[in-house]
Amino acid sequence: MVAFIIRRLIQSLFVMFFVALVSFSMFQFIGDPVNQMVGVETSLKERAELRERLGLNDPIPVQFFNYITDAVQGDFGISYQQKRPVSQMLVERLPATLELSLISALFSLLVGIPMGVYTGLNRNGFLAKCFLTISLIGISLPTFLIGILLIFFFSVTLANLQPISIFGLFMLDPKIFQLPSFGRGTVVDLGWWTTGLLTVDGLKALIMPSITLGLFQLTLIMRLVRSEMLEVLRTDYIKFARARGLRNRAVNFGHALKNTMVPVITITGLQVGSIIAFAIITETVFQWPGMGQMFLQAVTNVDIPIMAAYLMLIAFFFVVINLIVDMLYYVVDPRLRIDTGKGSGHG
Amino acid sequence: MKVRNSVDRDKFGSTKMRKFMMATVAAAAMSGAVAAAPVNAETLRWAFQGDAQSLDPYSLNETFTLGLLGNVYEGLIRRGPDLQIQPALAESWEIVEPTRWRFKLREGVKFQNGNDFNADDVLFSADRVRAEGSDLKTRLAGVTDIVKVDDYTVDFVTESPNPILHYEWATWYIMDKEWSEANDATAPTDVTAGKENFATRNTNGTGPFMVTERETDVKTVLMPYEGWWDTPTHNLTEVVFTPIGSDSTRVAALLSGEIDMMYPVPVQDMARLEGDSNTDVLAGPELRTIFLGMDQEYDELLYSNIKGKNPFKDIRVREAFYRAIDIEAIKQKIMRGLATPSAIMISPFLFSRSDEIERLPYDVDMAKKLMEEAGYADGFEVGMDCPNNRYVNDEKICQAVVAMLARINVKVDLLAQPKAQYFAKILRPKRDTSFYLLGWTPGSFDSWNVMYNIIGSPEEGGRGKFNVGGYSNARFDELTDMVLSETDADARDAMIAEAFKILHEERGYIPLHQQGLAWGKRSNIELAQRADNQFMLYYVTKN
Repeated sequence: MVAFIIRRLIQSLFVMFFVALVSFSMFQFIGDPVNQMVGVETSLKERAELRERLGLNDPIPVQFFNYITDAVQGDFGISYQQKRPVSQMLVERLPATLELSLISALFSLLVGIPMGVYTGLNRNGFLAKCFLTISLIGISLPTFLIGILLIFFFSVTLANLQPISIFGLFMLDPKIFQLPSFGRGTVVDLGWWTTGLLTVDGLKALIMPSITLGLFQLTLIMRLVRSEMLEVLRTDYIKFARARGLRNRAVNFGHALKNTMVPVITITGLQVGSIIAFAIITETVFQWPGMGQMFLQAVTNVDIPIMAAYLMLIAFFFVVINLIVDMLYYVVDPRLRIDTGKGSGHG
Repeated sequence: MKVRNSVDRDKFGSTKMRKFMMATVAAAAMSGAVAAAPVNAETLRWAFQGDAQSLDPYSLNETFTLGLLGNVYEGLIRRGPDLQIQPALAESWEIVEPTRWRFKLREGVKFQNGNDFNADDVLFSADRVRAEGSDLKTRLAGVTDIVKVDDYTVDFVTESPNPILHYEWATWYIMDKEWSEANDATAPTDVTAGKENFATRNTNGTGPFMVTERETDVKTVLMPYEGWWDTPTHNLTEVVFTPIGSDSTRVAALLSGEIDMMYPVPVQDMARLEGDSNTDVLAGPELRTIFLGMDQEYDELLYSNIKGKNPFKDIRVREAFYRAIDIEAIKQKIMRGLATPSAIMISPFLFSRSDEIERLPYDVDMAKKLMEEAGYADGFEVGMDCPNNRYVNDEKICQAVVAMLARINVKVDLLAQPKAQYFAKILRPKRDTSFYLLGWTPGSFDSWNVMYNIIGSPEEGGRGKFNVGGYSNARFDELTDMVLSETDADARDAMIAEAFKILHEERGYIPLHQQGLAWGKRSNIELAQRADNQFMLYYVTKN
């Protein structure tokens, strides 16, 4: 097992090296950083000097070598725009992105799996059909549109509604359901991590972005669980289990659901990676101060140090998540444990 | 709504406070009992589409960065609501000799950390603004010597007489010498040096507001500085600035009352904000002129089917292009009224005699005739470069121009790109374009800046740096030099008028319009909108 992890970590170094190489060869096509760094009155001569000092005139392989040499020592350079160390900026932004990704992944799992099981068990139920129809929205609408629609309703419309009288008993002010349209709300600084999970408006601020980000995954997981459930429920061992007189609950959850989990884990794992990576759009719509938003700004401003570091970090995340997914297989699927035993015996 | 705002946010205003609160906050928040601050009507929350890149006042010569810092730092002069020059850190000034200006500094001014302001700080700031890494070196261009006469008098000696020496000094902010030295921030941040500068995230100005909290791209909190030398006219007790990049989110945040003020308002949302009883749009002309440039330098047009010659060298072709553009249609359909058609290359706001030149009228028939005379009755192909995230509706303007030029048989191949790629392609030294759209605001609020940078014949020393099309006229250059040192205002204006007439007669550029600026605010906010698009917090009152 340890050898396996080490092997995978070494692989991850190759992946990151390759990502850095590919991104560096792309950077020469995205524009001139110097124009974004200086004001209009800076002379051509000064621009040329700055370009020279930044090493932008060196051949790409040389630039790449210099970058990798520094990166290996943990130095990812200084942001061209904000003139601060990139590693420090990423560390500041990391909590926002990870918190958002984690919450939306949890949201899609905790809602998606039960919905999938339900629709799998009650194929023709009215509610199941409703779930499936609604889930089409999650697949077909683009993320930014969902975000904007949520903002429109929960931030703008609710803010401008008059209090409603409920059966003449009490007045309900719709504004109490109003959600913030941008930002993280109040965050608590734990020194090494900033979290919005400990304050009321921090939690409120999380609701819309995580639904927006998680809706697609929710749909995916629900449909996956449903089709796997339908598949498994037809197998002989389920029939046998029923024939033995096991209770429905034991059959459905103890036997059927557990056996649907291998593909669900694979997909979820890969999706967690893409949630982190594609949080970019959600972060932009909600002005969520995460890494994705920073990356997008870096692209607009040709801030090469930020782009390079971000891409490598995302590559690293994907590798780590895949590693975790592989390890989870061992937990849910006993056959794999036996296979590895044999395999390592040969090795 | 106001109650909700004050309950939920900013219990941990300062960093110190935040650390202190850290231990208790979890329990408090869990029980839903975050203590409510008193309802405070004087907190202003506002948003812009981006953030200031740095708090170092010399690190980037850019409107928003300097505008935000203008609330914290001050220059020797400042600009009023109508951009008129007012005394600030200098009480008065006089020209003792044509090349020697004497500035009498204001006494009793204190920096926000309590240090005294005096002549040493001015001298220090002059050194710092000219140091390596500064982007504002041109603020003191032509100044050869700075002499401290006494603690509150400073002389600036210039190479040649310069009537507009101090025009740009409203954004040359004076920094505290002692503070900068104590914090190792005596030079602006140099990206290539590989370390952060203290002044990048910390400020110590003499201005009406202090930065109390700063998270780049997330939130900046400002508090009024009690020791400000001037009498405050605002009634704010706290200002929270948040950048919101997405247009629709920014509009939504204003509509929902989460923020009190924001800009820019996207033109397509102006009607919506005006229609809402809680919000208003303030629209006015900006100082930026949008224009089309045509390459008159290369001997062969790039990206064209015309080989061996450059049609733009023919004045008839340039005029045909000019006349083929229906500027009213652009104003109405694309800018939705948020533009003022322009005949010269500078805002009429900045040049008193601008009404002497009129736009060539829109006339397709005449344009066709001119093309025919020039030998291009069947038109020709030309590539056009355009930014798509730099100016208001820049790409749409270019698309309209393409359609209008099709009427005179010119086939335009439009390449609209983000500004990063666009500027790298069209600007010198690459200059890979034949036909392009550009916008310009003269930083000095004066015509010379436009004449020298945009219209003057390109040369090594800096003249014509942004004259991408390479228009060149010897008399124009001569006038540019004369304008620089002419101290008599009337004579100077006459020279500027002559120069702009030459350009107009030669159709060297096609000016399009003054882009408008649009700010959105809640109805209870009073503020002054300056044409340079800088938002000054000390003009704000919240009712």
